Amino acid sequence: MSARSLRLVTTLCLTALSALLSGCNLVTLDAAGDIARQQGDLIVVSTVLMLLIVVPVMALTGWFAWHYRASNRRATYAPEWNHSTQLELVIWSAPLLIIIALGAVTWISTHTLDPFRKLDRLDATRAVPADVKPLKVQVVALDWKWLFIYPDYGIATINELAAPVDVPIEFQLTSSTVMNTFYVPTLAGMIYTMPAMDTRLHAVINQAGDYEGMSAHYSGAGFSHMRFRFKGLDGAAFDQWVAQVRAAPAELSRDEYLRLERPSEKEPARHYGKVVAGLYDAALNLCVDPTKMCMRDMMAIDARGGLGLANVYNVAQLRYDADRRRDRTAATPDRYVTALCTVAPDAYMSPVDPPHYGGARLAP
Amino acid sequence: MTPASAEPRSELATLLFGRLSLDSIPYHEPIIVMTFLVAALAGTAVLAWITRARAWGWLWRDWICSIDHKKIGVMYMILGFVMLLRGFADAIMMRAQQAMAFGDAAGYLPPHHYDQIFTAHGVIMIFFVAMPFVTGLMNYIVPLQIGARDVAFPFLNNFSFWMTTAGALLVMLSLFVGEFATTGWLAFPPLSGADYSPGVGVDYYIWALQIAGVGTLLSGVNLIVTIVKMRAPGMTLMKMPVFTWTALCTNVLIVAAFPVLTAVLLLLGLDRTVGTNFFTNDFGGNPMMYVNMIWIWGHPEVYILILPLFGVFSEVVSTFAGKRLFGYTSMVYATVVITILSYLVWLHHFFTMGSGASVNSFFGITTMIISIPTGAKLFNWLFTMYRGRIRFELPMLWMMGFMFTFVVGGMTGVLLAVPPADFVLHNSLFLIAHFHNVIIGGVVFGVFAAVSYWYPKVFGYRLNVFWGKVSFWCWQIGFLFAFMPLYVLGLMGVTRRVSHFEDMSLQPFFVVAAFGAVLIGVGILASLIQFYVSYQRREQLRDVTGDPWDGRTLEWATSSPPPEYNFAFTPRVHDIDAWWDMKRGGYQRPTTGFLAIHMPKGTSAGIILAGISAVVGFALIWHIWWLAVASFASLVGFAIFHTFNLNRDFHIPADEVAHVESAHTRALAVNGA
Repeated sequence: MSARSLRLVTTLCLTALSALLSGCNLVTLDAAGDIARQQGDLIVVSTVLMLLIVVPVMALTGWFAWHYRASNRRATYAPEWNHSTQLELVIWSAPLLIIIALGAVTWISTHTLDPFRKLDRLDATRAVPADVKPLKVQVVALDWKWLFIYPDYGIATINELAAPVDVPIEFQLTSSTVMNTFYVPTLAGMIYTMPAMDTRLHAVINQAGDYEGMSAHYSGAGFSHMRFRFKGLDGAAFDQWVAQVRAAPAELSRDEYLRLERPSEKEPARHYGKVVAGLYDAALNLCVDPTKMCMRDMMAIDARGGLGLANVYNVAQLRYDADRRRDRTAATPDRYVTALCTVAPDAYMSPVDPPHYGGARLAP
Repeated sequence: MTPASAEPRSELATLLFGRLSLDSIPYHEPIIVMTFLVAALAGTAVLAWITRARAWGWLWRDWICSIDHKKIGVMYMILGFVMLLRGFADAIMMRAQQAMAFGDAAGYLPPHHYDQIFTAHGVIMIFFVAMPFVTGLMNYIVPLQIGARDVAFPFLNNFSFWMTTAGALLVMLSLFVGEFATTGWLAFPPLSGADYSPGVGVDYYIWALQIAGVGTLLSGVNLIVTIVKMRAPGMTLMKMPVFTWTALCTNVLIVAAFPVLTAVLLLLGLDRTVGTNFFTNDFGGNPMMYVNMIWIWGHPEVYILILPLFGVFSEVVSTFAGKRLFGYTSMVYATVVITILSYLVWLHHFFTMGSGASVNSFFGITTMIISIPTGAKLFNWLFTMYRGRIRFELPMLWMMGFMFTFVVGGMTGVLLAVPPADFVLHNSLFLIAHFHNVIIGGVVFGVFAAVSYWYPKVFGYRLNVFWGKVSFWCWQIGFLFAFMPLYVLGLMGVTRRVSHFEDMSLQPFFVVAAFGAVLIGVGILASLIQFYVSYQRREQLRDVTGDPWDGRTLEWATSSPPPEYNFAFTPRVHDIDAWWDMKRGGYQRPTTGFLAIHMPKGTSAGIILAGISAVVGFALIWHIWWLAVASFASLVGFAIFHTFNLNRDFHIPADEVAHVESAHTRALAVNGA
């Protein structure tokens, strides 16, 4: 290909690229939440650091390739030259220096942006006020929708998450069947939700708005529509939203949860005014179904050396996946006698002193 | 898919056919039926052509049963190309679906089909395209570069190839009988467990990889022994060609990593087949353990793929710059450092699973450290070009494409190694763009460089330059169009494996990406045309010298194609660039004193054992237990039977060697060489 047509192609590519870029919203680099914004900044800083070495390499590659082409007889030709201690030193130390710098950035940022770590700032200029009560949200990934439980308010929602602006949010996350990741690009990086495992995410949203959230880890046929809306609301609007959800007539009992967790797709947003106490804990321990033994209890038994032969009678209570089999046709789960622990009758959460985020207290 | 039949099956049918029934054949899916028809027609045409040419005997004796490392190498490359067509068909279907399925338009693929396609694409491209390419190259070139007559265990080599092919066959079969996995290419449990993936898809995945894995592992052992024990006299480790060095490191990685894959897939298979609970949610099974183990194999696998191509680029750049490789010693050490470090980074594939800040930083930083030896390699290639006299033949063109493309991929890779950045980019299309950037820019470009570099050695004529350039530019520009939009989409928070989007503003990006994929398709087509046109014009493109590029390493010391025995006399090595050194030292071809050469004999045991293995796999996939037991017993029985075959070698008489050698000497003289 001649140099001219090459230039033409390059120009065309660049034009197409800039046209595309002007129409897009690079949410990860311009996020509305402080954590995501810091992560976006880190992407930019790391990229610039690496460009320090990548750009010279590319330029040198182009220049050497052109200058030392076979037809350029004026260029020096040294067929036996193959070693230079000074050059070797530069070759190994230049990337090393960049990696030392990047490694330091990595060590610090990985610790400060650890999703398990409590927030200490609302954004670059404001620390977290001492008197603010963080919003607690418990997240359960179901097939294929999201359940959000607000333990402080005793309410729950499906595929709709709301949070007050400039208030730290503490997510506690698990999943009912398979792995998913919880990801709200504008809020914070993703975190896995895994059955029988508890992950945490701390984040804050700094601008009111209606944002998108999703599962980012493939989880089966309904995965593509496993999306939810994330609403950043100012304090008063959030209080109002809570009141509205609380007024919803639907109640999230254990039975309702077991119905809900069956595979379904494209679920619309839904509100539950009441939630049974300890639901997240039961979901995490795979024992929302009262005939199942909680993982917690199983582990406690195992820690004491197990039940010996008596464990033989324990098997049905520990079988979990079979009831959720994806090609299952029978809807009625088998019932077994459970003798190891008695299940208390359902009691709904009764929130004591739920936090209110209205008023100007948190305004900058 | 195995839809629940309206009436329960009789016990006899289940006993005889396991889960297999007429419903298992997806004749209700028009795309698959069409594919089947095309495949069947093409297959029949090839078979008819072979029959008409009366080539069956030749094919059976000279290729299928051959234990010549060169022929096995060529067969690996053919397998890679055939599977590349399949993997690319999957790719273009995905790109088309994602370019269409917006808002009310559902696209043309239902999730069940789409999910199989992205799983198959990943599995095929890694295991049945990249791996055969890499193994094929090593198989062909390594013995020639070290001056050996074959690999250490020639029969094992044939067996390895057919096991790999048997795995590929099972994957292809899943298209027409049953289904493939819908889990993603690494089949994470619990999703891949028996309860969340009840069909046969994951079983196809497990058994195809297990059978192919036997082949890969054995060929790893084979090549390590070959390199360690069979180098020509004088070729100390630090005088080995760089490609052989990278091959050695790669095979060490294979031997250390593939057993982990075998173990983890065995555990998953036990979970699915006999109801154990290693990775289920039941009984405290631990899916995270699977994720750890599969990536302990999976990350070294990335280096298994790229290291040999680093070797290829080293050979190509020093040949076409007409210059010694800059910094041979640091190149070797860089390769070894990468080999070791590749075992200390696997956790970077799941920073987002909540490992904690110190663990994440450790694995992030070890990952970045790998970029130091890799960077050193790039600089070494760069300074090999410096003060060279660079001929931009096809291999060098691919090399240039690699240099520019790979640094970008490397950069985004280091970016993904920063855990908080990975939190944002993990599972996003940015990640997809990154690994295609390194795999296409590194592995694929490297394979094309290698093919155009060594093609004259293998077939005795060069490849057509025009169609080679068309292929190169289509790949290079197609790659940019296909994956640059994916980088942008990733930064827009768009994630992978999605078959339908609501946000219409994303559509233009996917249309551009689909266009890029079409360009890559033209590139693939152009290289097929290139093979055809080169074959047609083979007389003009003929290389009689055996050394068309003014090469530096021993493979160029023989004729093109090399005689069955590679070297009539084992060469004696005094320098890193052995052949370059011999040429400068006024090397004279020996014309007398030939001896009979002891060679291994071809055998059909490899294809028979692999064929039976495929039957075992098929029976296990479909739960046809009687067949599984019977075929496994016959597998063991045949293996024992084969050990009694003592008729394994023969001698090429000295006359024949003298005849072949003097023919080449005459050809050289005619050409004034």
